[in-house]
Amino acid sequence: MQAADDPILLNVKSLGCVRSDRQLFADLSFSVNAGQAAVIEGRNGSGKTSLLRILAGLSEPEDGEVWWRGENIYKEREAYIRELLYFGHLPAVKGELTAGENLRLSTVLCGESKLDAASALQEVDLKGFEDMPTHYLSAGQKRRVALSRLYCSSATLWILDEPLTAIDVHGVAKIEKTIGEHVKRGGSVIMTTHQSITIPGVEIKKIRLGATKSSPTHA
Amino acid sequence: MLKIVFTVIKRDLRLAMRRRAELLTVIFFFIISVSLFPIAMGPETEQEARMLKEIAPIIIWISALLATMLSLGQMFSSDYQDGTLEQLILIPQPFSLIVFGKIIAHWLVAGLPLVLIAPLLGMQLGLSVPEQLVLMLTLLMGTPALSLIGAMGAGLTLGLRNSNILVSLLVLPLYVPVMIYGAGSVEAYATGLGFKAHMALMSAVLLLTLILLPWAAATAVRISME
Amino acid sequence: MLNRAFWLQFSTPKTFYPVAGKMIPVFMVLAVLSGVIGLYLSFFETPRVAGLQKEAYHIIFVHVAASWMSMFIYMIMGGYAMLGFILKARLSGMMASALAPTGAMMTFIALITGIIWGRAAWNPNFTWTPDPRLMTELVLFFLYMGFILLQVVIDDARRAMRAGAILAIVGVVFLPLIFFAVKLPTIHQPANIRPGHTMPVVSVVAMLVMVFSFWMYSIAASLMRVRAIMLEQEKRTAWVQQLLGAKT
Repeated sequence: MQAADDPILLNVKSLGCVRSDRQLFADLSFSVNAGQAAVIEGRNGSGKTSLLRILAGLSEPEDGEVWWRGENIYKEREAYIRELLYFGHLPAVKGELTAGENLRLSTVLCGESKLDAASALQEVDLKGFEDMPTHYLSAGQKRRVALSRLYCSSATLWILDEPLTAIDVHGVAKIEKTIGEHVKRGGSVIMTTHQSITIPGVEIKKIRLGATKSSPTHA
Repeated sequence: MLKIVFTVIKRDLRLAMRRRAELLTVIFFFIISVSLFPIAMGPETEQEARMLKEIAPIIIWISALLATMLSLGQMFSSDYQDGTLEQLILIPQPFSLIVFGKIIAHWLVAGLPLVLIAPLLGMQLGLSVPEQLVLMLTLLMGTPALSLIGAMGAGLTLGLRNSNILVSLLVLPLYVPVMIYGAGSVEAYATGLGFKAHMALMSAVLLLTLILLPWAAATAVRISME
Repeated sequence: MLNRAFWLQFSTPKTFYPVAGKMIPVFMVLAVLSGVIGLYLSFFETPRVAGLQKEAYHIIFVHVAASWMSMFIYMIMGGYAMLGFILKARLSGMMASALAPTGAMMTFIALITGIIWGRAAWNPNFTWTPDPRLMTELVLFFLYMGFILLQVVIDDARRAMRAGAILAIVGVVFLPLIFFAVKLPTIHQPANIRPGHTMPVVSVVAMLVMVFSFWMYSIAASLMRVRAIMLEQEKRTAWVQQLLGAKT
């Protein structure tokens, strides 16, 4: 059990990942504290998405363990998932449902109670799109519908796989600001991105993949 | 706990309603498949009519199997392709419950209509009213088992090339006992042998699939998503 | 007494590979020897059935042996699959995959010999019959083929193992149901076609020897196959590299 004031939330121990007979990374260890944002860096194919999926508990690693608040995430899976918000590559919205319905659905499924769909959609610049079936939206707009979940989730840990894809400059600044606010409130963020990212007022921890041993370096 | 199942059922039903064309293909296939037999026979002699009546339960059951197999691809593929399946796995509830909800929704959309239409088709083939009722009962108990087993097949083959054919191969051997108990019940009833044994075994199959298959299907999906 | 640790050391691919290699010839020899004895007994020593001319009747002994093995192997395969899944033991998963083709072959032999026997036994025009055993064999054949094909189509070895395990586990649970399903009384069920009420000792012996022969063969074939699977799946590891390097 972890001490209550221990800042380390996520602890990654000697993680190894194999995909299609290729060892993507091995013996990867790092930790993420409360109030910290980490960016996973590496070339295409170095295993960034695989790493995030392992951290989210979607895949099992070849070796090593992931610990959350002092417990293996596979032992206390439900407790971990409750505190987790994961964004994968695809926007994860149902085309047949409206933007509002999508948002309400994901909130209900996650057991969250507070939801103001209209204001959440406004935050992502989609005000007035609440009753629009999402298959009429552009790729960027679909992503923003998905991102609106950031504004109605009480999750502590955000794992975001390339959240800035198809978002314009204005939107990127907004997301950076939102991440910054989340981190300052004591949450944690782990993300990958192809663009360089600056989060106002927050020091980013960089974790590089692609070397046999990865060690965190500070921004 | 029940709440999450209902939420998932409502979600899938709402999605199915907005994709109405897919629902109807299953039902139409069932009707056409059964109707092919009397159509192929042409104007019937009395002996032929009697033969048709005798194999009617088998015709209807096999058509139900094939129609269900056709509909299996839809269970997870849409969610898989737009990324929502990942999100469903990441809901803080047992994934087996979520998959169970999806299976129930699938049955409501692809299984229950078959149960309701079957008597009409039975009439077309010459079944008497009590025989139609027995047939309906066997389908009512059997089609959920078909959805449950099919969910596992669909889960195992997520994202594979030509998954439709492979699903059929995986799932058909397991469908065999369901079909035999189902069609056999009606036959046994019709010939006066009594269908208690068949129905008892059908209940056993349904119970077994209810217990084992939601877990199997959920695990299959998670394995495919790793 | 050899303790648990002694046996457990062979539970990884690396340590089991050489052991398996040494065992294969032993089982093969046993299989061939008992096979020859069994075939001789079946075709030459078992009593002629009155009124039947065909020698092919005696193929029943091969049929029964193949049929038993086909079901037995499926159960074992399911057991290994379960072990591999629960304990995450790769070798168990490999054994399950190795057993499948042999099991499928046994099923196929049972089907062919069953048809031949049916022809010889009571109907020269016989091609098919809803005989419970033959029906079960057919469904079992598809269960095996489904398992094999699923593992062939899935590229990722780990997903293939685990997916196969789920299929095998459900299949094992369903197998009794399939067996009882085809045994149900219906108006079309032909009379029981099993030979005789009491079997002469020589016939029982012939059957048992054939079963033993098939069993030995199955073990040998599966061990050969599991070694090939090990080389394929562990090709990144040092011991495989060494092995392959030493050969060239």
